Amino acid sequence: MFYREAGDFKTSYADDNQTFPIRFDRVRYYVVLAVAFGIIPFIINDYWANAVFVPFLIYAIAAIGLNILTGYCGQVSLGTGGFMAVGAYACYKLMTGFPEISIVLHILGAGFVTAGVGVLFGLPSLRIKGFYLAVATLAAQFFLVWLFNKVPWFYNNSASGQISAPERTVFGVPVTGANTDAWAKYLICLVFVVVLAWLARNLTRGTLGRSWMAIRDMDIAAEIIGVNPLRAKLTAFAISSFFVGIAGALFFSVYLGAVEVGEVFGINKSFLVLFMIILGGLGSIFGSFAGAAFLVLLPVLLKNILVGQLGWATDLAAHIELIIVGGLIMVFLIIEPHGLAQLWRIAKEKLRLWPFPH
Amino acid sequence: MLDQSADGYVTEDGRQIGGVLMEMRNITLKFGGVTAIENISFDIREGEIRAIIGPNGAGKSSMLNVISGFYVPSEGEVWFRGARRPQLKPYQVARQGIARTFQNIALFHGMSTLDNIMTGRMTLMKSSIGAQAIWKGAAEREETEHREAVEKIIDFLEIQAIRKTPVGRLPYGLQKRVELGRALAAEPKLLLLDEPMAGMNVEEKEDMSRFILDVNDEFGTTIALIEHDMGVVMDLSDRVVVMDYGKKIGDGTPDEVRGNQAVIDAYLGVSHD
Repeated sequence: MFYREAGDFKTSYADDNQTFPIRFDRVRYYVVLAVAFGIIPFIINDYWANAVFVPFLIYAIAAIGLNILTGYCGQVSLGTGGFMAVGAYACYKLMTGFPEISIVLHILGAGFVTAGVGVLFGLPSLRIKGFYLAVATLAAQFFLVWLFNKVPWFYNNSASGQISAPERTVFGVPVTGANTDAWAKYLICLVFVVVLAWLARNLTRGTLGRSWMAIRDMDIAAEIIGVNPLRAKLTAFAISSFFVGIAGALFFSVYLGAVEVGEVFGINKSFLVLFMIILGGLGSIFGSFAGAAFLVLLPVLLKNILVGQLGWATDLAAHIELIIVGGLIMVFLIIEPHGLAQLWRIAKEKLRLWPFPH
Repeated sequence: MLDQSADGYVTEDGRQIGGVLMEMRNITLKFGGVTAIENISFDIREGEIRAIIGPNGAGKSSMLNVISGFYVPSEGEVWFRGARRPQLKPYQVARQGIARTFQNIALFHGMSTLDNIMTGRMTLMKSSIGAQAIWKGAAEREETEHREAVEKIIDFLEIQAIRKTPVGRLPYGLQKRVELGRALAAEPKLLLLDEPMAGMNVEEKEDMSRFILDVNDEFGTTIALIEHDMGVVMDLSDRVVVMDYGKKIGDGTPDEVRGNQAVIDAYLGVSHD
């Protein structure tokens, strides 16, 4: 009833190739964009920005990045935290090295640096697959964190070993540093998310995306029909790392402001982003958002209900969160490997026919 | 040098067959101590349907893998379109205009029928990563053009209704058809079919035979196929290579092969009447 494609005829292939082929979806998408840009920046406060919106947006970028590599190209990676650290440290070095250039370019630059590092660590994927590749990327994770701890050049020889973001402005408005307003943090992340999600969607539906999925589904057949596996895998690593690097740069400069690498970009971060795409849906851009929203909101929600309302101990709430996430991951892997995105798709299929059974 | 224009022949049903498209010269393929193919030579001519038959383990699939570049022959030369083919990776062979299907279906299960066939056009799509990322200009135009070509194949194979269905959900016969579509999408000069009828019922076999004949007839595609169903092979093919234990024991028109004593002994069995 609510969700109809009847009468929504396509008269050209360009129409049929749209991101949202159904008119209702398109309208809803524009409504979301309008609310995100037109309403939220005016009502957002520090709590909502720091607890919910900014981490959600940044994790969404990281999740899209990992989804390109794992969900679309089928190359498992446990190095996301390490690659986010590369983005953060590259951003820091660029910010302090070239203070006269815009922070936006620093963040993009951090993305490109991470893409290069990602290609480097992606090279083993040409020889090894699956579980063994996961172990190789795990090595990248530990090596990178060790490197950023070990070499003082990366943190400009600061005594604490931390990196902290100096104040930088966009159009005269500070977006990093202590004087940043909640709405400015939110908006810069939102702009990056919208642009990157759009790029990711375009890449995954075109020739390159099909070559990734071909490698994922059946690599031998992909090669026989003309997919160059070297090119497909390395572009997946490069573009995925670009996204993850930008997420790391934003996480450091806009969200946290100061970072100690082992604590923030450790193996836990890699698993968190991996859980996001497993819960959200492998091989789906929407799933990346859903997974990021779910795993950012769940702790906030639990804390508010269990600690705030029921008065339970904080550590108990934290443990319950772990139990719930762990349980859900098992449930999803067994029952719905395509995650929240697939549940959403099924709900839409049902809504399309409702209230009729067939 | 091979003469491309030379000595074609006319088939029984009156089709003109052209010069040599692909020639295998003294191909030997060894895996360690096992010789899968031993000193085999044959040619495939433009426009013909060439069958490779033989009992299980005769080396037919290995031969197809040599043609599609998946195996590198230990000895011998592969000539394609009048030139000796250097050692190429499979995706480079695909770019030369050789497409194939697999004995066990090798479709991309997570993708729709449409995407599978679009992937088949991989070798023909040229737009840059940057253009694809912003989905404007060349990338969008190319996507639409190739979609049109793919829709023609979908019409041809009569699979319009399953255009957007993930191929993992399709029944076996349709999957085989989609795989043929994916190979056709590359607009190959030479189409290799590895047991296109395996596991099919009579009607599906009839459909598939019709598609193979139509592909050959309408697109002029040269076809090399491996098949176990003798009725199908004898009906479809113009010339047949017979292999046994890695050796070639017969080569000629279906009638010649049927009359060849070595072939009868090795494969078709001695008649009992």
